[in-house]
Amino acid sequence: MDEENTLLELNNVSTAFKIEGQYYNAVSHVDLKVKKDEILAIVGESGCGKSTLATTVVGLHDMKTTKISGEAFFEGQDLLKMSDSQLNDVRGAKIGMIFQDPLSALNPLKKIEDQISEVLDYHTKMSTEEKHNRALQLLEQVGIDEPKRTARQFPHELSGGMRQRVIIAIAIACKPDLIIADEPTTALDVTIQAQILDVLRDIQKENHAGIILITHDLGVVAETADEVAVMYAGEVVECGTTEQVFGDPRHPYTRSLLRSMPQGDMDVLNDDLYVIQGSVPSIEKMPQAGDKFAPRIPWIPASAHEKEPTMHEISAGHEVRCTCYKDFYFKSLEVKDV
Amino acid sequence: MWKTILRRILIMIPEIILLSILVFLLAKAMPGDPFTGSINPRSSAAQIQHLKELNGLYDPWYQQYWNWIVHLFHGDLGQSYQYHEAVSNLIGERAINTLWLSAFTMVLTYLIALPLGLYAGKHEGKLPDTVIRVYTYVTYCIPFFVILVIGLWIFGYVLNWFPTTGSVAPTAKGLGMLSSRFFHILLPGLLGALFGTVNIVQYMRSEVIDAKRSDYVRTARSKGVPEKDIYRHHIFRNSLLPIAAFGGYSITGLLNGSIFTETIFSYPGMGMLFIDSINYRDYTVITALVLLFGVMNLLGTLLSDIILGIVDPRIRIE
Repeated sequence: MDEENTLLELNNVSTAFKIEGQYYNAVSHVDLKVKKDEILAIVGESGCGKSTLATTVVGLHDMKTTKISGEAFFEGQDLLKMSDSQLNDVRGAKIGMIFQDPLSALNPLKKIEDQISEVLDYHTKMSTEEKHNRALQLLEQVGIDEPKRTARQFPHELSGGMRQRVIIAIAIACKPDLIIADEPTTALDVTIQAQILDVLRDIQKENHAGIILITHDLGVVAETADEVAVMYAGEVVECGTTEQVFGDPRHPYTRSLLRSMPQGDMDVLNDDLYVIQGSVPSIEKMPQAGDKFAPRIPWIPASAHEKEPTMHEISAGHEVRCTCYKDFYFKSLEVKDV
Repeated sequence: MWKTILRRILIMIPEIILLSILVFLLAKAMPGDPFTGSINPRSSAAQIQHLKELNGLYDPWYQQYWNWIVHLFHGDLGQSYQYHEAVSNLIGERAINTLWLSAFTMVLTYLIALPLGLYAGKHEGKLPDTVIRVYTYVTYCIPFFVILVIGLWIFGYVLNWFPTTGSVAPTAKGLGMLSSRFFHILLPGLLGALFGTVNIVQYMRSEVIDAKRSDYVRTARSKGVPEKDIYRHHIFRNSLLPIAAFGGYSITGLLNGSIFTETIFSYPGMGMLFIDSINYRDYTVITALVLLFGVMNLLGTLLSDIILGIVDPRIRIE
C-alpha cells in the first residue's frame, strides 16, 4: 500500500562539486521518499544542500564539474541514470519545477504565453489553438485576473508575485506527478507568499501531485507540509511527519532551529532570541567524518556523538541522525540556571 | 516612439551648430594655410596675399564662418583648394569607394564573429574556445596598421595574389569593372574583418556564457527543452541583443572609412581624403568631412537606440 503511493524514492544520493580539482560533497547520502498527494518540506539554512538536492533529482547540473551517486526512483525508473533526452521527456511533463527567483526565471524577451506554450510544445500534441486556450486556462488557475492581457505581456511588465504565478503555471502545464518548488516564496512579500502557497495547495489537490517544498521558512513548513526533512550540511538530520518533527523535535539542529524562531508568548524586550553558535562551514571546510553539527554544539562531549552517524528511528517514520540527541541540552539554559 | 525620434533629431540641431563652429575654428587653428608651399613655387608673396584676399582668408573668423554656413545651406560645401573641384563632388566620389569597402568589411566581420563567439561561448573552456580566445588576444595586441602592412606584404607583394593599390583596374569596363572593384577590396576587407571580429567575438562569447548560466535558461531546461533548442530559442537570441545595438552604431562607420586601411592600400576613399586634406590644409574639405563624420555619429547613436528599442521589449522609446 505504502509502496504504491511512493512517487519518488531517493536512496543514498550524493552530489559532489569539483572545486579546484577536488570533489566536495554538497549533498551526502540522502534517503527520502515523496508520496502522492503529499507535501514533503525540506528545510535547512542557506548552503545546506536543499537546492542542490532538487537540481540533482532533475539532472540540472553541469556534469563536467559534478559527481552524482545513488538512486532516485521515479515511477520505477532511476532518474540519475537517464540520458539527457530521457530526462527531457520527464522534465516539464512529469516533474515540474518552480524556482526561487521569479524575477530572473523567465526569459525577458519572450511573451508570457510563449513561455507557457513552450512546455506544451515538447510534451503534448496540442494544436496552436489548444495551446493558446490551455495557457489562458493555466493563468486563470494560478489566480491571474486578466489571463488574456497577461498572456500578451512580457515578464518585466509583471510584478514578482505575478511572475511566480506564471512560473507555477509553466510547472503545472502538463499536470506533472511531482512538483519541486525551490523556495517559491522567498523573493516575495508575506501576503503574496500566502497566496502562492494557497495556489500550490489547490493545484496539489486537483492534480493529486506530490510536492517537494524546499524552504528555510519554518512557518511555511508548519502551515503546508505533511512530511518534513531537516537538512544540515548536505545530510538529512531528522525526518518525519510535520507533527513529529515540530511537536517532538529531537536532533540538536532541529531543536536549535525551532528555538531560534520568535515565539508568540515571547517578551520582545527582555527575552533574547536563541542563536546557533558559529555558521555552516563552507563546502571545502566541511568535516568529512563524524557528526557535522558537532562543532556548533561544542559543549556536548565527543563521546555523545557517533563516529559514523546513522539514522535512528524514534517512532514510526520519525528518524534522527546520530546518537547525540539523547544527551543534548541547551547551553544558554544552563547558564541562566546558575 | 516617433515623437522621441523627432525630439532627438531636434536636439541634434544645436549639437550640429556647436560642432560646426568647433570644427571650423579647429581647422583654422592649424598652422599654415592652403597656399604655404603653394601650388606654384614661383608665386610671389604678393600674389599669395592676393589669392588669400580673394578667398576671404583675411576676414574675421565669424564672417568666414557665416559665409561657410550660408553656402552650406545652398548645398555648396565649397571648392577644394587642392583638387580644384567642388567638395561635394569630391566626397561623393570617395564615399562610394569607402561604402563598398566598409560594407564588405562589416558583413564579413559579422559573418565570422557571430558564429565564432557563439561557438566559443558554448564550448567555454574547451580547446576550440581556447584557440579562438588566443586568436582574439593576439590580434588585439597587434596594432591594426601592422596587420595591414604585413598582410599587404605577404599577400600583395610576396605571393602577388591581390592588387596592392587603388580601387579598380583603370582598364576594366562593365562587369569586369565590378569584379575588379571586388578584387581590390578583398584583401583590405579580409584584414579589416580579421581585426574587427575581435571585439564582437569577445562580446558575443561573454553574452553566451552569461545567458547559459541564467535562470531563464535553467527554467527552459526544467521544461524539458532539448539543448539545441535552448541555444536556438533562448541563448542565441538573447545574446544577439546588445550586438544588434552595436551593429546599429557601426553602420555609421560605413562612410567614415578607415584611415589606416585606405592609406596603406592607397585606396581612394574617405579616410585617405581626410588625411590628404589635413596634409594640404585643405580647409573646405576638412571641415566638410569632420562635420559629416560628426553628423553620422549623432545619427548612429540614435539608430542604435532605435534598434535596441525595437528588439528589446524591456526598452520602450516613448
